[in-house]
Amino acid sequence: MTDLADLYQAVILDHNRAPRNFRRIEPPRSRALAHNPVCGDTVEIFLRVADGRVKDLAFLGDSCAVATASASLLTELLKGRSTDTVRTICRQFEAVLSGDAEAGILPESLQPMARVLHFPGRVQCARLAVQAVDQALHASRL
Amino acid sequence: MSVTNPVSTRTTPALDAERIRQDFPILQREVHGKPLVYLDNGASAQRPACVIDAEGDCYRQYYANIHRGVHMLSQESTRAFEAVRGKAAGLLNAASEREIVFTRGTTESINLVAQSHVRPMLQPGDEILITGMEHHSNIVPWQLICEYTGAKLVVVPFSDAGELSLEDVASRITSRTRFISVMQVSNALGTINPAREIVQLARRHGLTILLDGAQAAPHMPVDVQDLDCDFYVFSAHKLYGPTGVGVLYGKYDLLKAMPPWQGGGDMIRSVTFERTEFAEPPARFEAGTPNIGGVIGLGAAIDYFQALDPAAVLAHETDLLRYAEAQMADIPGLRIIGTAADKAGILSFVMEDAHPHDIGTILDADGIAIRAGHHCAQPVMQRYGVPATARASFAAYNTRAEVDALIASLHKVHDLFGR
Ligand SMILES: Cc1ncc(COP(=O)(O)O)c(C=O)c1O
Repeated sequence: MTDLADLYQAVILDHNRAPRNFRRIEPPRSRALAHNPVCGDTVEIFLRVADGRVKDLAFLGDSCAVATASASLLTELLKGRSTDTVRTICRQFEAVLSGDAEAGILPESLQPMARVLHFPGRVQCARLAVQAVDQALHASRL
Repeated sequence: MSVTNPVSTRTTPALDAERIRQDFPILQREVHGKPLVYLDNGASAQRPACVIDAEGDCYRQYYANIHRGVHMLSQESTRAFEAVRGKAAGLLNAASEREIVFTRGTTESINLVAQSHVRPMLQPGDEILITGMEHHSNIVPWQLICEYTGAKLVVVPFSDAGELSLEDVASRITSRTRFISVMQVSNALGTINPAREIVQLARRHGLTILLDGAQAAPHMPVDVQDLDCDFYVFSAHKLYGPTGVGVLYGKYDLLKAMPPWQGGGDMIRSVTFERTEFAEPPARFEAGTPNIGGVIGLGAAIDYFQALDPAAVLAHETDLLRYAEAQMADIPGLRIIGTAADKAGILSFVMEDAHPHDIGTILDADGIAIRAGHHCAQPVMQRYGVPATARASFAAYNTRAEVDALIASLHKVHDLFGR
């Protein structure tokens, strides 16, 4: 049985209502768009890398609470970190969302997102932001 | 109790939805511990036991390939399969069952007309007219043939309420227009379009026209002779029938003039390596072994739907629509997308603080199935500046009590997400 409180935890509702880093970076140094074909939702990630660090990270998108909170939490967590750390956390987050790793490996602030695994129809929503960050980071090296 | 049926002036007896529900085994099940409230009928309806049994009986009792056996089973299967042509002709009031082609669904029916009737007559600069509210399956097949031929797609806009004006349609018919394709009922907005009047416009300009009846045929009486359309298409799975089966109705003279679309078995008269003679319609358009059990299931679905009385179904679903709309007005921040005066039982809506996807999840936890998404009508979403909508769509087995459950659950959404 699904418990809605599992998905819509206070922290997720809060990040949905007041998403952090919800803006464009001008000029966009690097950006990537992830798209959920099921619902048409998109998350667009903007990223600025300098000296091996993600100096700025932001997102836009008219998406559901799960996608919005995921992007908000992720940008908050990753901003200012080294690109290596960002890549590692992205890989871990993907692994948890794929059911290949326990939520415990994630930084604490991301752990609530793992509850989405109880709602298989919504896992892709949580995944949009991390996919876009990954792509944007890749694009920043090109 | 009886209600006045808006289609004809005779009085239609009200449907007994509670009794109808007994015919649908799946409606007995629970979802997340709650009774299933199935309001995703626009995507696909559920099947009554008689449809499930008809398909099962075919496999259990007389299945064989059709049109090719001298043996008993093949003859029985062929007879059962071909009988459905007459049923479909009856449903649509087609002049003859030779005008009924079985396809895989609405999508394939439209592609068939695009490739076989329209594409051969297109020259660069010619125009195909559709409307801004079409389903992707009534957009993309036309784009494909435009790509091949250099023709272009002309799109008739619609009002904020989701209505087409005949003036807007008429003003977009030019000397280059070659074909018109319009949905009779919008899956994303619920609008019932003035199909008959649009066909008359086509007639006045000597154009042929297709009506996409995917959301109309399962919900109201349809009379293709009265509509006077050249082609009419629908899918079995939205009409309480199986998936993978659809109908293309076409006026016989037009079908007869059309080249085959796919080649293969069953659509030929004789084949040599030098030359193949094609069969007459409808066989010409039914290459290969069809979905035999599915078509037989469609036959049972048509019988079932006819016995309910399509006019009574429309009246029942309209009652649910009005009942739901009235209560939705009390939910803060809820906006109905598609407010045409003439609407079928489809309710598309958005909520100020809750994304349709979240609405769908919260309703699902209460056992309520709706659709959340773009409904394969992304241009409609763009028209209203929303990424998606939530959509409740009604069928004959839905009840006012289910609408009450929907409304209660929507209040929950507002409590959780509202500011
Ligand atoms: C108006 C309309 N046209 C076409 C279709 C496509 O039907 P199918 O997927 O059965 O081919 C649909 C189904 O959603 C529809 O609602």
